[in-house]
Amino acid sequence: MSLILRETLLAFRRAPLLSALSITTIAFSLFVFGLFGLVTVNIQEAMSQVAERVEVVAYLKRGTPLTTITVAQEDIEAFPEVQSAKYVSEAQALERARADLKEFHDIFQDLETNPLPASLEIRLKPEFRDAEHAATVSDRLKAYTFIDDVRYGRDWVEKLDRLRAIAGAVGVVVGSAFALVAVIIIGTTIRMAVLQRSNEIAIMRLVGATDAFIRRPFLLEGLIKGLLGGALALGLSYGAWLAIDTYLMRAAFFTTPEALIGIAAGGIIGLLGSTASVSRHLRTV
Amino acid sequence: MIKFTNVTKSYPKTGAALKDVSFHVAKGEFAFLTGHSGAGKSTAMRLIYLAERPTTGEVRVSGFSATRVAPRDVPRLRRRLGIVFQDFRLLEDRTAEENVAFALEVTRARRSTIQPRVMRVLTQVGLASKAHQYPRELSGGEQQRVAIARALVNDPVILLADEPTGNLDERATRGIFQLLRDINATGTAVLMATHDLDLVRSIDAHLVELQAGEVVYDSAEDQTGTEPAA
Repeated sequence: MSLILRETLLAFRRAPLLSALSITTIAFSLFVFGLFGLVTVNIQEAMSQVAERVEVVAYLKRGTPLTTITVAQEDIEAFPEVQSAKYVSEAQALERARADLKEFHDIFQDLETNPLPASLEIRLKPEFRDAEHAATVSDRLKAYTFIDDVRYGRDWVEKLDRLRAIAGAVGVVVGSAFALVAVIIIGTTIRMAVLQRSNEIAIMRLVGATDAFIRRPFLLEGLIKGLLGGALALGLSYGAWLAIDTYLMRAAFFTTPEALIGIAAGGIIGLLGSTASVSRHLRTV
Repeated sequence: MIKFTNVTKSYPKTGAALKDVSFHVAKGEFAFLTGHSGAGKSTAMRLIYLAERPTTGEVRVSGFSATRVAPRDVPRLRRRLGIVFQDFRLLEDRTAEENVAFALEVTRARRSTIQPRVMRVLTQVGLASKAHQYPRELSGGEQQRVAIARALVNDPVILLADEPTGNLDERATRGIFQLLRDINATGTAVLMATHDLDLVRSIDAHLVELQAGEVVYDSAEDQTGTEPAA
């Protein structure tokens, strides 16, 4: 093991320029991928903020006894899709309307009876905030006799769904394209390192080194370059994020696990790239 | 030790490099493989160290059959061979000592044994005092001595030398040739490919001559000619 480590370090020391160049190349191709990742993370963040407003409101028939509502509320909260069900009384509804709709303040002021119905405001769990589940919950609610009407803003929830589908598809397609480009560039970079040492590989073979033995320092080299490139790419992404967050708009950055996955991905790409390059080289000579 | 039996090696583009070649190099023997450039000497060498497989016929080297040996056994065979080339093939960024040690390191020799073995072979080739010099600081003859030391350090049963003096001047050639003979005197078989007829004539050794891929003369087969090989 120490020999492999020594040979790997020797490779960095002997070709510092090429090593730096390949780490930089890896870093920049992962950086592009990282920027795309940032965009994705932020779109997702925005989407989920919008999705938080997906809410099913059940309007209650006038005169429904509070005990019935309380029992039903517990019942509804036990639905697998439901996060919470909040009771809004008629008086609370009017209060809210007065506060929210200032331009109609006078009208609400002059009312003799409250025209607004009491309601249950049902929030869905994050993973169920889409048109399909909102519809299911809404259908189930309609079965209660004391529920007059159920609304969940079908139109805009469906639009949100479509938007999410498009964002997902674009994410997968563009993301794979960027990832593929990164893999190709990194593979080429590592191939250069292999070709630069083809003389050494030929000599190793002549003196009886096994292919596995020849491969190992290259794999370690690829792994280290990939990890360093990944770390550098993370640094660049952080810089870009800081600039955007400070000067352009508030944005989210990767969570720590996401960042670590990014660095690990660099390492894995480096490892795979060098495995492919070395194996191909060993087959041809 | 090395036995070619009806070996033909042909390439898809250039045709046959060796045609029905048979010869035998015995244990501890000094043998020459001669012929003009392109006669097939290097192809024969490549067949011996398993860089190539014969198209037909059989090559046997130190108990291995080149036709049947599994790819994973190839490194093990090569460790029993010492190989020297015209262009030395040293690693430019390692000292003489490191170049020789490299051959032991890649075969997983025990750390503690490397240093004494390296110094022993460097002494044997007369370069103990230049162990810490890089190839570019050494003359051609000295570089070839490092290459020979590297070939010897694994205690090979056969030393293959493919035009080892091709890049050297007269004096260095003599020195290297004498070194190869000294190595042979310790019991290691030497097969030397060369087109230097002066060298070939200077000693009485087994001689195989190739011409356009065929054996045109083999002193071991030639009962009427010179004395049998020593």
